Amino acid sequence: MKSIITVLVLAVLFSSCQNSAKKKSTGENVSLTAAGATFPLPFYNLVFKNYSESKGIQVTYGGIGSGGGIRSLTDKVVDFGATDAYLDDAKMAEMPAPIVHIPTCLGAVVIAYNLTGIDELKLSNELLEKIFLGEITNWNDAKIAANNPGVKFPDQKIMFVHRSDGSGTTQIFSDYMTKISKNWADKVGTGKSLNWPIGMGAKGNPGVIGMISQAEGAIGYVGSEFAFAQKTQMAKVQNSNGEYVLPTMASISAAAKGDIPDDTRIMLTNSSDPESYPISGFTWIILYKEQAYSDRSFAQAEATVKLLDWLVSPEAQAEAPNVNYAPLTDDAAAKAKAILRTVTYEGKTILN
Amino acid sequence: MNSDKITKIVLFSVSFIILIVAGGMVFSLVGGAIPAFKTFGLGFITSTHWDPTHGQEEYGALPFIAGTLITSFLALLISFPLSFATSLFLGEYYRNTRVAKILGTMVDLLAGIPSIVYGLWGFYVLRPFLISIGFENQGFGVLTSSLVLAIMIIPYATSLSSEIISMVPNDLKEAAYSLGSTRYEVILHVTVPAARSGIFAGYILAFGRALGETMAVTMLIGNRNIIPNSLFSTGNTMASVIANQFGEASGLKLSALISIGLLLFVITGIVNWIGKLIIKKMS
Repeated sequence: MKSIITVLVLAVLFSSCQNSAKKKSTGENVSLTAAGATFPLPFYNLVFKNYSESKGIQVTYGGIGSGGGIRSLTDKVVDFGATDAYLDDAKMAEMPAPIVHIPTCLGAVVIAYNLTGIDELKLSNELLEKIFLGEITNWNDAKIAANNPGVKFPDQKIMFVHRSDGSGTTQIFSDYMTKISKNWADKVGTGKSLNWPIGMGAKGNPGVIGMISQAEGAIGYVGSEFAFAQKTQMAKVQNSNGEYVLPTMASISAAAKGDIPDDTRIMLTNSSDPESYPISGFTWIILYKEQAYSDRSFAQAEATVKLLDWLVSPEAQAEAPNVNYAPLTDDAAAKAKAILRTVTYEGKTILN
Repeated sequence: MNSDKITKIVLFSVSFIILIVAGGMVFSLVGGAIPAFKTFGLGFITSTHWDPTHGQEEYGALPFIAGTLITSFLALLISFPLSFATSLFLGEYYRNTRVAKILGTMVDLLAGIPSIVYGLWGFYVLRPFLISIGFENQGFGVLTSSLVLAIMIIPYATSLSSEIISMVPNDLKEAAYSLGSTRYEVILHVTVPAARSGIFAGYILAFGRALGETMAVTMLIGNRNIIPNSLFSTGNTMASVIANQFGEASGLKLSALISIGLLLFVITGIVNWIGKLIIKKMS
């Protein structure tokens, strides 16, 4: 009995030694771990796989949600995190050390609907507000018809489907609604999960799409990457120039054409660009500005920054549309590269 | 050391682990729940207001408590005739026959189906069916969830009751037959009364299972944070709101969700306790 315990204890000690030895070793076998937003997961999966095939550096990304990504980075258990909503100044201050935001691609929130035979639906700001606040309850409402001349709408109740889980998609959607509607701002506001006045909740983008596709007369919001992949019916939304714009790669990218602050922390919703789709946004990777923490080797830090530098390069960005994301504009990519050049290891910048 | 002693040590340490795990759960639930109860007091249980908006956060658990109890109770009600009839069929009428063995296996199989599959079935099959027969207009809500829950808990109630029914001593039944009772009378006056505490225990088990069910309900109940006011109303349950909101929750909201977990724990405990009291009275 005693000998069994001794063997067990030795085994545990031995394996833990091995673990720490692995972590401290520098050079060849660097592997990176990251976690965060599920929205850019298909994009990251694709490019990280390409990267490990060509550069031999293993990158593991866990899609656990933006909140989880921020928590993981706070706990210093990942090399970088990912989030769909940037950290505001208060949240930045809560982090144990200064962090930087690197935008990696753009996505949008699409207004998906299910009305047989109606392929074009134009939604003005007023209609969005009235439908999502429950003031318009039937598709045959005169206001909808007036905005869509020539379209015959059925006598069908509007069923609003929203996310039941906390989500960056909800954050972008509600941020846009808050910008265009005073009523929305007063009654509902902005956040990852909200106190919904009407509608029913479904879990995740697949849940929302599933519910919409199952119910005639349903309308809801979903991440563009899902809406494009599923080819759902999508509404044209009125942008700040009064144009009705369909979400496409080009119109989503256009949202980033305006002025972007140097730290790239900006919500791109309701962009001033005349060609932009108004419910668009960046998704970010977040990392510590000083990379020498918790025993991380220089090789580890260098691999992290190099990977991200490659991620915003034209080569990686060209992959984005293949998985239904809009690539960064040149301006945004340049700003991302500039930020990466401020990241340091023991006070010295890593990239030149 | 002899094998007897080793067995004793192993058994003791394993059961001790379970004690530690259960105690640890209660400890962490209570610890996590403190901030929410400190902020809202008992109002957390009686308030119907759930507002996660930053800056005006306010959490009340009543809609979820109501949703959980209503759907579970309805499920129990719906499943009762089905599972009671099945258990009589298996334990009395066709006891030890091949038909009963096949049917019994099928019932047990129901317990093995993952709840997400029940959810999908409810979503793609039951819901459109309810709409097509004009029972519902959109199909998400208390009724759909309760129907799926009812099917999910059938095996729990059936297995235990049919086992108990089949264990009723033959002497009792034969005595009744010899007095000229019909089979129906024997079941009504001998079998069921003799087995009632076991049957009841089966339903308590099934009810507990319905209380904690998450995935299938999330997919069908509509996830609105209101107290359901009709069979066709949407709503939300305790397990469902935790599963939905936990991923992105932090601070006070996280504490509110943990408190709901604690309440669910307490409710399940109370149900079991009442069940045990009743079983004691019966037997």
